[in-house]
Amino acid sequence: MEQTWRQAKAAFAAIAVPPIAWLFLFFLVPLAVVWGYSLGENTGPITIDVTGTFANYMRAVEPLYLEIFGKSLIIAGLTTILCLIIGFPVAMAIAFASPKTKAWLLLLIMLPFWTNLLIRTFALIAVLRENGYVNGILEWMWTNASGVMVLVGLQPLGDFEPLTLLYNNTAVVIGLVYVHLPFMVLPLYSALDRMDRSLMEASLDLGAGHLRTIWSVVAPLAAPGIASGVLITFIPALGAYLTPDLLGGTDSQMIANVIERQFKRANDWPFGAALSFLLMYLTFIAIAVQAFVQRKSERRG
Amino acid sequence: MAKSNFLTGASRRSILQQFGAAAVGISFAGGLSACGGGGGGPTVNFYNWDTYIGPTTLDDFQAASGTSVNMSLFATNDELFARLRAGNPGFDVIVPSNEFVTRMSQAQMIQELDHSKIPNMANLLPEFREASFDPGRRYSMPYTWLVLGIGYNKEAVRAKGLTVPDSWKYLFDDATFNQRIALLSESADLIRLSAKYLGHSVNEIPPAMLTQIEQMLIRQKPRVKQFHSDNGQDLLASGEVDIVLEYNGDIAQLMAGEGGDKFDFVVPKEGTLINSDCLCIPTGAPNVDGAHAFINYLLDAEAGKNITTEILYPTPNGAARDLMPDSYKNNTVIFPSADLMAKSEYGAFEGDEKSRQYEEIFTRISAA
Repeated sequence: MEQTWRQAKAAFAAIAVPPIAWLFLFFLVPLAVVWGYSLGENTGPITIDVTGTFANYMRAVEPLYLEIFGKSLIIAGLTTILCLIIGFPVAMAIAFASPKTKAWLLLLIMLPFWTNLLIRTFALIAVLRENGYVNGILEWMWTNASGVMVLVGLQPLGDFEPLTLLYNNTAVVIGLVYVHLPFMVLPLYSALDRMDRSLMEASLDLGAGHLRTIWSVVAPLAAPGIASGVLITFIPALGAYLTPDLLGGTDSQMIANVIERQFKRANDWPFGAALSFLLMYLTFIAIAVQAFVQRKSERRG
Repeated sequence: MAKSNFLTGASRRSILQQFGAAAVGISFAGGLSACGGGGGGPTVNFYNWDTYIGPTTLDDFQAASGTSVNMSLFATNDELFARLRAGNPGFDVIVPSNEFVTRMSQAQMIQELDHSKIPNMANLLPEFREASFDPGRRYSMPYTWLVLGIGYNKEAVRAKGLTVPDSWKYLFDDATFNQRIALLSESADLIRLSAKYLGHSVNEIPPAMLTQIEQMLIRQKPRVKQFHSDNGQDLLASGEVDIVLEYNGDIAQLMAGEGGDKFDFVVPKEGTLINSDCLCIPTGAPNVDGAHAFINYLLDAEAGKNITTEILYPTPNGAARDLMPDSYKNNTVIFPSADLMAKSEYGAFEGDEKSRQYEEIFTRISAA
């Protein structure tokens, strides 16, 4: 017989209180403190008075910072779209693989999580830099092609010019896609895996092509998975600071880099707090959009 | 600032610094209560940079004084400051750099030293017994010093028809090394050195000049490959850039390594910024007497020699320096010429408002 929580209040309380207390103590309370700071003023190098001023928010919505927010939104959006384009076929492949292969493929997707983000980013630097592996392979191919051309009596190719793959916005997007791809693949996979296969078969039987089936049948059914994948890719990408810091060029500053500097070098916690909360409001909007998409698709289902 | 072996070993600093940034949330102030080991005797809690002490220094001090030293490590001045911001978690001796000595003394985060308990102050070179950032050395004793300059790839510089890029111009106001430049992502250092290039002091830069510097750096930005987080030596070594703004220590270390003869370091003719790491006692230190004794011990000639032999940084300790071999004393990267040193200055702490202004200028340059 199914019980609701009302029928086992003690058991429910025993299970629910510790995580709620944890969340309250270590998440909501510090968050409230930071929120308080965002309405405060620096009165000395280490003292902040919470005066209820909106000056920090006024400064945070100056064009300079709004532009950086805008740029971060674009980079995070681009990252999310690329993750979706790359991740969707991968998730499909995993969902339709044999159970044994499926386990291995899922392991491969999760493998990067076993390594620290910083180590992975440094590894990416070693791959992308001018004397890195990508340029190394290209140079090898270039030299060989050049040799072949001499053999067949043509002019050799000129000197190999290494590609500049690092320290620009492209490198930041590559890094963010690399880091966030698993976040996209896993929810997509779980949505696709649960899907009723007979609907696809019906679609194919009734004459729809493969692409049409994916577009009109699979994608709508997987919409909640797509929405949550988009969300948990977009939010951390929006707040990324390590990747733009290490892979970016002089143009790659994102909002989290600015926030970090407020808490450290500028020693301006109130302003940093205000910028952080603006970022959080953006996140709330993204969550609201996701909830909306989810509800809409549930109503349809 | 890099705190790795000056002439030997590999730098772990840039990685450590990023880890430090990533781990701020989990570096709780606990753990200090467990200090002192099982000895039960008096202890000194020492908060230091990584690889910034002699291999036997702490044991030698314990043997000499009976006081054991419990050392913890920080990676940046910001980390040190943040850790002590909400109150001293139990440290007796800390090692902030010059600007932070002023900032922390103004915030009363460090206490005045009792010079009568530090007789080894007499070992210091005369120019280090007084400091503009700490008049009368009331709060700090110098531990090491270092300068910013230009690290460069000799061959690439020759290819541009130059012998030595001995001006800040090549970093801040020139297209010769287009896309082959990396600058340190420290707002204050960039702005101060730009002022130096424009013929002004690194301190008290007038607002009009700040605007001029901002425009100059925005103009220069497309020619700069990266604002690096103190890993300029790696960018230089991997061939990513040809000239880089870095500390003499990091480049000296690169030069001492394998293939290091391709690189060199120059302090530009306009002069540069000097940094000095200093020994201070934070307010609320549990063992103030022990802290004084430990600082005094670190300024001892023999102890100073052991530390310098290990870390190979420029030492302000004249007595210790005299005990060092000529290969150290005559190294022009470690010790720039007296003429250049005379043109160089410490960056003064000019208030938090100023740091915030510099930070916003840097944000604008990065966003431009």
